Amino acid sequence: MEPIIEINQIEYSYQEDLPTALKNVSLSIEKGEWLAIVGHNGSGKSTLAKTINGLHLPQKGEVKVGGMLLSEENVWDIRKMVGMVFQNPDNQFVGATVEDDVAFGLENQGIPRDEMLIRVKDALETVKMSKFATREPARLSGGQKQRVAIAGVVALRPDIIILDEATSMLDPEGRREVIETIHQIKEESNLTVISITHDIDEAASASRILVMQKGELVQEGTPEKIFSEGPRLVSLGLDLPFPEKLKAALKVRGIQVPESYLDEEGMMNWLWTSVLKK
Amino acid sequence: MDPRAKLAGSFYFIAIAFLANSWPSFLFLGAVAISGVLLSKIDLRFFLKGVRPLIWLIIFTVALQMLFTRGGTIYWSWGIFSLSQYGVQNGLFIFCRFMLIIFTSTLVTLTTPPLSMSDAIESLLNPLKKIHVPVHEIALMLSIALRFVPTLMDETEKIMNAQRARGVDFGAGSIIQKIKAIVPLLIPLFVSSFNRAEELATAMEARGYRGGEGRTKYRRLKWGRNDSILVVIFAIVTVGLLFLRKT
Repeated sequence: MEPIIEINQIEYSYQEDLPTALKNVSLSIEKGEWLAIVGHNGSGKSTLAKTINGLHLPQKGEVKVGGMLLSEENVWDIRKMVGMVFQNPDNQFVGATVEDDVAFGLENQGIPRDEMLIRVKDALETVKMSKFATREPARLSGGQKQRVAIAGVVALRPDIIILDEATSMLDPEGRREVIETIHQIKEESNLTVISITHDIDEAASASRILVMQKGELVQEGTPEKIFSEGPRLVSLGLDLPFPEKLKAALKVRGIQVPESYLDEEGMMNWLWTSVLKK
Repeated sequence: MDPRAKLAGSFYFIAIAFLANSWPSFLFLGAVAISGVLLSKIDLRFFLKGVRPLIWLIIFTVALQMLFTRGGTIYWSWGIFSLSQYGVQNGLFIFCRFMLIIFTSTLVTLTTPPLSMSDAIESLLNPLKKIHVPVHEIALMLSIALRFVPTLMDETEKIMNAQRARGVDFGAGSIIQKIKAIVPLLIPLFVSSFNRAEELATAMEARGYRGGEGRTKYRRLKWGRNDSILVVIFAIVTVGLLFLRKT
């Protein structure tokens, strides 16, 4: 199967005298994958996301989305395939009410009003915001605004959703809700999700993780592989998922723990079996 | 009711308020305005509140008219000041005009959500596209501006509190000190507005916004029976007014 996104040795820098934001980045993403990109602040992960959407054109190398080579001419076609949710829920809310905002992208694409009504309603139902359709953004919580932003993307029916630190300004509760919603949408319509995140739990739910440092891809693999690196991740400036932290704390107390990465359920199973064995 | 009808209607009403020049005509317009206010079922106190900030302007203009207009029977005079029959009459007319204008504009702003107002403005300005006025851009700006008013208010409040926590005293001291105290509020507010604008523009672009061409609209204005009735009422009022006008 042809990968939905192919990136070939792209380079990008914001200004000539600044260090390059992206250096020699290559990757390919399969359809239906959930890819997490993690890394320090300033490691170039947001820039990478914006390159996929054509918000930045790379100075070197090429970006292919859905078989199309990104260029000035087809950037709008690519944007139709790629929906983006940004970090600050306030600054991406264009409409004066919830339904207006969800409709904004549809208006841009010249979708007839009758279909807009259906799509807006569906999208709001998907994110469970139908009750709030006529609310103004000022009267919504951050998590609700972010769900509206997702609805705006869902209404456009893209093939790829990019979450550019979309949960970083939310509280843990809102964060979990947003991630659950996206998981559900992904299952329903076989979306490809690229999530750029500091949140380790969000990364742990991905099918593949990329680690970036100073504009370069330094590591790539399944969450199991990445998280089994343990302490090395901390040196890259990343947090550890909770089961790993627990393992480290047990190790300090002289308890033998398995080397391989366990998710929460795996950890729980290991704990109760080892307690029973004693 | 259709916001277009309300907006156009109120402008029209204000325009014809200047045609009135006799007591019967003012009484007639006053009756129309009052019945509009009563129909809106809004507490009269809100309307009086609308008058309050303008009260000094009203008194000032009325006083000027009264004191400087000559003609007819002169009741009282002192140097260049005089209180004449025409003067008193003109002053009272101006007072009535002010009240009419304030009442109708308050009526429109109180009964129309800001959002429909910007829709109405876009729709009414639409003919101006012929002379290359960027109507779509103006309307978009207007609706984004309205959408950010509460956001920016919140932010102003937050910055004020944050600066207070750092020892800035707002609203104390002489005028110069007061202005100086505004600086740590204004600069962050401007900077954050620029950042907001930048992020918003990126988000809009990512969602496929590329200007007014080829855009469809989600919100739709509907011209109802009530709106046609308003037009008819205004036509009757105009005829009545022309009839009552003193030539």
